[in-house]
Amino acid sequence: MSATTVVKIEKVSKRFIIRKEKSLKERLVNFGRSNLHKDDFWALRDIDLDITSGSTIGLIGANGSGKSTLLKMIGGILQPTSGTVHLRGRLAALLELGAGFHPDLTGRENVYLNASILGLSRAQTDKHFDAIVDFSGIERFIDTQVKFYSSGMYVRLAFAVAVHVDPDILLVDEVLAVGDEPFQRKCMDRIRGFQHEGRTIVLVTHSLDQVAELCDRAVVLEHGAIIADGEPREALRTLRGEFEHTRQEEIAREQEAGQEAGSLPTSKARVEAIRLMGEDGTPVSEISPGQDLRIGLTLQADERVDQPIIGVGIDTPLGQNVFGTNTKLLGRRLDSLSGRKEVEFRLPGLQLGEGAYTVHGAIAADSGAELHRLIEGAQFTVTTGGGSVGFVWTQAEFAGSPT
Amino acid sequence: MNDHRSARSSALASEPLRIAGPRPGFVVGTLQSIRDIHAQRELLGMLTRRELKAKYKDSTLGFLWSLLKPLALLLIYYVAIGRFLGAAREIPDFAVFIYAGLTAWTLYSEIIASGTASIVVNAGLIKKVYLPREVFPLSVVGSALFNFTIQLGVLVAATVAVGAFPTGSRWLYLPLSLAVLLVLATAAAFLLSAVNVYLRDVQYLVEILLMIFFWASPIVYSWALASGEIGRWLQELYLANPMTLVILGFQETFWVSGDGELKPDHLAERLGVALLVGILLLWLCQRVFARLQANFAQEL
Repeated sequence: MSATTVVKIEKVSKRFIIRKEKSLKERLVNFGRSNLHKDDFWALRDIDLDITSGSTIGLIGANGSGKSTLLKMIGGILQPTSGTVHLRGRLAALLELGAGFHPDLTGRENVYLNASILGLSRAQTDKHFDAIVDFSGIERFIDTQVKFYSSGMYVRLAFAVAVHVDPDILLVDEVLAVGDEPFQRKCMDRIRGFQHEGRTIVLVTHSLDQVAELCDRAVVLEHGAIIADGEPREALRTLRGEFEHTRQEEIAREQEAGQEAGSLPTSKARVEAIRLMGEDGTPVSEISPGQDLRIGLTLQADERVDQPIIGVGIDTPLGQNVFGTNTKLLGRRLDSLSGRKEVEFRLPGLQLGEGAYTVHGAIAADSGAELHRLIEGAQFTVTTGGGSVGFVWTQAEFAGSPT
Repeated sequence: MNDHRSARSSALASEPLRIAGPRPGFVVGTLQSIRDIHAQRELLGMLTRRELKAKYKDSTLGFLWSLLKPLALLLIYYVAIGRFLGAAREIPDFAVFIYAGLTAWTLYSEIIASGTASIVVNAGLIKKVYLPREVFPLSVVGSALFNFTIQLGVLVAATVAVGAFPTGSRWLYLPLSLAVLLVLATAAAFLLSAVNVYLRDVQYLVEILLMIFFWASPIVYSWALASGEIGRWLQELYLANPMTLVILGFQETFWVSGDGELKPDHLAERLGVALLVGILLLWLCQRVFARLQANFAQEL
C-alpha cells in the first residue's frame, strides 16, 4: 500500500522583517519613514515538501539555511508568509528540552505540566508517570525543585517526558546529543522504537552521522531553498560539497583581505588530483584486504608555501572518516613547496572491510590552517570473501568452545 | 513496511489534513478558537496551578501574602482617609465599605496587570510549542480568581464580625457585577497581552492607567461624596466607567449599613448593559488576539 502523507507543505515562503526600532517613541518619530527602518529577510522561499507516514526525514543545511524555521512552521509555531502547511495526526515537538519547565516547581509537578503542554491528559500522565521517572533515572530528585537540577538531569527529565507522549509526528531539533553516553544510547533506542512503530520523525541536526544513521530521507536546505532531497547518502554528499565550497570561498576572501591589509600573504595551494596505485604502481580501483595501496597526490602551489603539511584520508560514502594520516603525524618536515609537485603516501597491508570508499587529500600551512582539501578525489572498493561487516577486516573464524 | 507502520498509516489516512497552527479567518475562527481552548482546559488548570504554586513557592507564609497586601491597603485607607481625612464620619462601617471595593479592584487589576505581561513572560514556551495562546491570559484569570476567593471569604467574615451579614436579594448583585468584571478584565487581558508583544510600552502604560482608574472608581470614597461634587453630565460619565458599576454592585451586596445612603438609580439595568457591551468587547478582543498571535513567535 502507498504511504499516507502526514505533512504537506505547499509553496511555503517565510519573510522576516527586521525592525531596528522597538519603542513607541521611535515608532512615532519615524512614522511614515518606517520602511527605511525595516530589513527584509527571506528565511524560506517556495518550499514544497511531502512527508509520508512512517518516514524519518532529516533536515540539514548550514547555519541560517532555514531548517529550524521550516520545522517551526510544521509545528505551527511560526506562520508562513505565503503558502500552506497541512498536517495529519498528533504532533509533538521536541524543540528545546525543558522549554515548559518552571524552575520553582518540583520535578514531579513539571512532569505533569510539560506532559500537558505536549498534549497528554492528566490520566495518561498518571499512567506513564513511573515509566517517565524510570527512564529519566532521577527518582531520588523527583520531588526537588528543578532549579537545583544539573543541566544533565534537567535534560533527562525533559526527554523522558517527551518520548512518552504518543505522537504520530515527532519534531526533533538538535536535542538528541544530550546527556551522557548510556543515556544517549537509551534515547537512540527510543527513537528506533518510534520508527518501528511507524511514527514519522522530522529531525533537524548538524550531526550528519546521525542523519546517516537514522534517516531514510534527507533534505538539504540552503538560503531558504531545497537543494537536495532524497537518499541520505546523496544529500550528505551535496551538503559536504557545499560546505567545502563555502570553505574555499572563505579562504579566497581571507587571502584577498590579507593582501589588502599588507600582512603576510596566505599561500595559495591546491590538491589537484589523487591517484590510487597498487604495489607495482599500476592504477587500481578495487583491492582485497591485505594489499598495499599507494596514494599519489598532485599538488599545485601558485605561491611558495613554507613547510606545508600534506595529508590523505579514507572515508565512507557517508563521509565518515575511517583512516587518515599526514606528514606531521608521520614526523616528516617538508621543505617549501612551489609550482607543481607529485607526492606519494604508501599504506602497506591495508585491512579494510568490504565496501566502497573515497579518498581525500589535503594541504595545510605549517600553522595547521588548511589551505585546500580535495574531497572524494578518488574512489575504490574493497572486496573480501565475506564473513564479516564493518570497516576493518581480519580473517575471523569461529573457534567453538575452547578446550 | 511492518504491521505497526501500515496500521498507523491507514489510520492516519482516514483523518483529514488540517492547517498547522491557528486557523485564519476573523469571524469563522471564533468557534474554532473556543473549541481549541476547550480542548486545552486541562492544561489551563495546570498553568493556573503553576502560577499559584510558583508565586509563593519559597516563602514561609505562602498564600497568606496574597491576603496581607489588601489588608495592609485596607489599614492605610482606613486610617489615612477614613480617620484623618474624615471619610469614615460620612460612611458607616467604613472598613467593610472599603474592603468590598478593594476585593473587586484587586481582582480586576491583577487580571489586567498580570494578563498584559502573560504572553511576554511565557515567551520561552510560545517560541517552542504551539498551543492556543489564549491559555496564558486565561491562566492569569484563573489564579487571580483563586486569590479573590480567599479575599471574598475574609470579606464575608468581616460582615459577620460587624454584625451586618448580607441577606436576601442583595446577593444577586454579586454574580452580576462579578460577571461584568470578569468579562471586561479578560477582554482587556487578551487585547493588552497581544499588543504588549509588539509594543512593550503597553505594560507601563497599563500600570499608570490602573492607578488612575483606581481613584476614578468609588472605592475609598462613596458615590454620595463624589456625586455631590460633580454635575449631572459628569455623573453620567463617571457611571459609564464599568468598574464604578461593578464596585457599586459589590457594595450593594456586602455593605449592609450603606442602605440608607445615596445610590445611583437603575444600578442593575446599568450592570446588565455593561455585561452585554463587555461580551461584545470580549469577542472583539479575542479575535484581535487571534489575528495578532500569528506573529508572536517571531516578535518575542
